[in-house]
Amino acid sequence: MINEAFLQVAPEATEWKLPSSRKVAVVCLILTETGLFSIFVAGYVFYLGKSLTGPTPREVLDLPILSTICLLSSSVTITLAERAFNRDRIGRFKIFWLATIVLAAIFLASTAAEWRRLIYQKGLTISTNLFGTTFYSLVGLHASHVVVGMCLLLLVFIFSLRGYVNIMHRERLQMISWYWHFVDAVWIVVFTVVYVIGR
Amino acid sequence: MATQEIALPGVRPSGVSLVDRLHGLVVTVDHKKLGLMYVGTAIGFLVVAGLMAVAIRLQLAIPNNTLLGPDVFNRFFTMHGTAMVFLVGMPIIAGLGNYLVPLMIGTRDMAFPRLNAFGYWMFLFGGLLLYFSYLGAPGLSGSGSAPDVGWFAYAPLTGRAFSRGHSTDYWILSLLLTSVGSTVSAINVIVTALTMRCRRMTLMRMPLFVWMMIVTNFMIILALPALSAAQIMLLIDRYLGGHFFDTQSGGSAVLWQHFFWIFGHPEVYILIIPAFACLSEIIPVFSRKPIFGYPVMVGATTMIAIISFSVWAHHMFAVGMTSMGNTFFAISTMLVSVPTGIKIFNWLGTMYGGKIRLELPMIFCLGFLFQFLVAGLTGIMLAVAPFDWQLTDSYFVVAHFHYTLVGGLLYGIFAGFYYWYPKALGRLLNRKLGLLHFWLFTIGFHLTFDTMHFSGLLGMPRRVYTYAPGRGWGLLNFITSVGALLQAVGILCLAINILRSSRKGEVAGDDPWDAWTLEWATTSPPPEYNFASAPVVRSRRPLWDLKHPEDPDWKYE
Repeated sequence: MINEAFLQVAPEATEWKLPSSRKVAVVCLILTETGLFSIFVAGYVFYLGKSLTGPTPREVLDLPILSTICLLSSSVTITLAERAFNRDRIGRFKIFWLATIVLAAIFLASTAAEWRRLIYQKGLTISTNLFGTTFYSLVGLHASHVVVGMCLLLLVFIFSLRGYVNIMHRERLQMISWYWHFVDAVWIVVFTVVYVIGR
Repeated sequence: MATQEIALPGVRPSGVSLVDRLHGLVVTVDHKKLGLMYVGTAIGFLVVAGLMAVAIRLQLAIPNNTLLGPDVFNRFFTMHGTAMVFLVGMPIIAGLGNYLVPLMIGTRDMAFPRLNAFGYWMFLFGGLLLYFSYLGAPGLSGSGSAPDVGWFAYAPLTGRAFSRGHSTDYWILSLLLTSVGSTVSAINVIVTALTMRCRRMTLMRMPLFVWMMIVTNFMIILALPALSAAQIMLLIDRYLGGHFFDTQSGGSAVLWQHFFWIFGHPEVYILIIPAFACLSEIIPVFSRKPIFGYPVMVGATTMIAIISFSVWAHHMFAVGMTSMGNTFFAISTMLVSVPTGIKIFNWLGTMYGGKIRLELPMIFCLGFLFQFLVAGLTGIMLAVAPFDWQLTDSYFVVAHFHYTLVGGLLYGIFAGFYYWYPKALGRLLNRKLGLLHFWLFTIGFHLTFDTMHFSGLLGMPRRVYTYAPGRGWGLLNFITSVGALLQAVGILCLAINILRSSRKGEVAGDDPWDAWTLEWATTSPPPEYNFASAPVVRSRRPLWDLKHPEDPDWKYE
């Protein structure tokens, strides 16, 4: 019978490095999320201009310049926060991390304001026409991802205020920032499809 | 449901009460226990969904039968298809992957054990929710029962106007739950295989089983979101008044078909690749030769995965696509047969000149090879768009995909059961009962599905609950139904064998098949920590090297 001990050839000096589990897992998560968003984007593009009744995108949509600037710059601030963290400058880290949260909150608030305007002034709801259905689904799906990201950011911020965040958590923070960059990248696609091409 | 199959001796310490054992199952994060729980639960659902198929066949055995009414019949084929794909196929894959991948790569558990348990419970509750629809779906409106829209739930049948009550909602929500479970379990397997391999097990030294598990799980995380997205859209339609699939407001019923099959076609490869994985381990061991063309097998598997994402609309030749679209999808579909053919030739090449041992796992592999070949050939026939126009939605199609899924997937899984059961439970499955299972099931299989091709060619449409006499389908359908009963008896033999051998089977020892991969290096069943110390490998067949120090593989790699 086989004795397991035989299998342990003396551990050789050769390097044996494998990728980090966390990183591979987050990449897989991002891949599967990409699949989800692709279908919603495909649905939006497929139904462009197919609504039987108004309002049309051209009539009611404005370019969300402010919120786009906020969300894209939040990618910069989170990178700066990470860099400060890696250099062990926790105070600076907290400031940039908070800035990221504030920018995300501004983004969500302006989306909320946009939706309010669309619903109450322009009369566009999810059941008005195909444009309403696809618009609210796609933008809402993205916004829900921003909300999830914000929860993660807030959690880390609260922990850092209480002093629980230290250099051991470096990779975890990196994973949150990867997710955040992904949410930003999706917004670039949504912005292009909904507000530039689709308008 | 699962406890009967999985609380078996060898796994449980003696003298522990039932409550403690159940509690142990609920709180466990051990990949081996979870793997067995997956497989056990899947067998439970296999029996339920299989009995539904038997009921369907009894209804169709003679013309103008009244055993099942039309509404009950619709629910039965919907629940049969949905359960077989999502509650049997997917969890068996997850179970095999969970149990075997950490053992084969020489590590102690999955990368994320708690996530693993979460995946199992999501799957179980999703499955129970689907079957709960029989009680819950009528709801307050008193209409509907279990889902009755077919496993691909074409729009606009699923719209609020045509599917009242909550049956379709149960279909959507239960599948969303199981999809979450499948996704996290898939991520877990990929991460484990990519980041936790033992020392010096490079990617090209992984067992082919692990390779194919990586590929199939990548397909899961890329294809499942298409279904989830479409189902979320359908929920928006049904509950928020959206118009995605609402043809009255300009929505498109065909879009649902596209979205569903963007998931649905990769899904059938997701189901069949694990069977390929089992064969790629079993055939070499029982031919006493290393696998023929290892790198080509890896490449062919990857090619199948890539091509499978560009063939979905061959399910939709009949909806009236452009001739350009038809041509593209016909050609890409035929292209799949190239890497698949490569695999079949590689298995034959492995067997060629080998010292073949006709043990039970190998017998099922041989069954697979013949039947999967036929399934592939009818697949190429159906890829020809004009041929498909004639036979779409006929029993020929039903025969084709059952040939792949029963004659292919299920035979591969059975082979895997007979091969790894001694590892998981420490005892061999009984050979006589196993042979009985094989012959009953194989004869039943051919009676059922060979004849189905002909009733399809004679024009019998699928999903009809009965038919008039004198159309020439009567005898064929009767034979089909007899075959279904034989298959049921065959499965019964397997169930008895699994339960009986767990107590009375011949003790297997650590390595009953004289095999070469790392799972056979530890005890049967493996201890909770799998390996007392982390193994180091120097070739694709570490146990061969160990048993044959005079002529180890690594000299040639």
